Amino acid sequence: MPTDQYHEPPDELSDEVRTFARLCTSLTEEAEAIGWYQQRLALETDREARAIMADAQGEEFKHFCMDLEFLLRRVPLWREIAQGILFQDGDIVEHGEAAEEAAVEGASARGATESGASLGLGSLKGAAS
Amino acid sequence: MSHLLREHAPITEESWARIDEEARERLVPALAARKLVDFAGPLGWQHSATNLGRIAALDAPFPRITAAQRRVLPLVELRAPFDVLRAELADSDRGAEDTDFDDLDEAAHALAAAENAAVFHGFEASGIVGIAQASTHTAIPLGKDCNRYPRHVAKAIELLLGAGIDGPYGMALGPAAHELVLESTEDGGWLLLDHLRKILGGPLVWAPGVEGAVVVSMRGGDFLFESGEDISVGYESHGGDAVTLYLEESFSFRVATPEAAVALTP
Repeated sequence: MPTDQYHEPPDELSDEVRTFARLCTSLTEEAEAIGWYQQRLALETDREARAIMADAQGEEFKHFCMDLEFLLRRVPLWREIAQGILFQDGDIVEHGEAAEEAAVEGASARGATESGASLGLGSLKGAAS
Repeated sequence: MSHLLREHAPITEESWARIDEEARERLVPALAARKLVDFAGPLGWQHSATNLGRIAALDAPFPRITAAQRRVLPLVELRAPFDVLRAELADSDRGAEDTDFDDLDEAAHALAAAENAAVFHGFEASGIVGIAQASTHTAIPLGKDCNRYPRHVAKAIELLLGAGIDGPYGMALGPAAHELVLESTEDGGWLLLDHLRKILGGPLVWAPGVEGAVVVSMRGGDFLFESGEDISVGYESHGGDAVTLYLEESFSFRVATPEAAVALTP
């Protein structure tokens, strides 16, 4: 179904939120494809077939990263948390907890949306008649 | 604690929720620019400037060294204070449904009109150049006869297409022109509003703060609104009778493609 990616009525969502939802769906699909190729590569013995699969999986890595970067650019809090976790040596869970705490506290101090103080208006594209 | 100091106001959570809701209800219909231009953020109260990606050469007093300075567009802060009577807030907490928020309503309208005016006509002291100011196309006079508006809007779109600017297109219409459009039907009972929307292929937006009208491309990437703190309600002071609050936001705006809009003057 073409609208399965929406959890709420698409007509009530702004263009930005619909695009965001599409990219979230795309990110999920790329991650699934990466997992499928990983399984195929684990079993395939034909050298030529493995080379093709590895090449295809590389494409999915690229797609996944592009989708992720798009989404992170649109959600500063998500980006801030990701910066504390991605490409860091050490304990992933510890980095996750620390990044979340620092980012949420920082957003609260800045009076950003997470503090509940903003009216949360943002873009109104799609709200116009 | 946020700089809005809401925790210091003598206002219950329930009344804060009603104040925020009233502000949203008044702001959304009037915030025309956000319905037509790209919106980025909010990036937080501490976000102070937009990167323009450009430099200005500097005279460097050091041997062998050249210097340049990054150019940025500082965010502007807009604030609209308003009063709410404490007796009204007390009645609101008792369940009154007809709380007097008139001053808040006027402040919300003023803030929305100011945001629209800055985006469409510029705000010189802040460094913001408005869409109508930046447009490279000759402005089209709207005139008094609103039955000629479809012709003017079609001409504007022709100018945009001639400059290689794709649609869909949208139009911000100042209150005076918008009223004329709403009240008008063309020959055959065709609503002028519907006719204009059909020509544009996009929204026609009521835009307090706008003089005349502005037709813009909505393909994206041409008009960039960057929000620091999105519109919020903060606390200023209180006395025995009233609480003084304010609506506040910080933002910058820049035109990336001056060819992507046509101004229609009153």
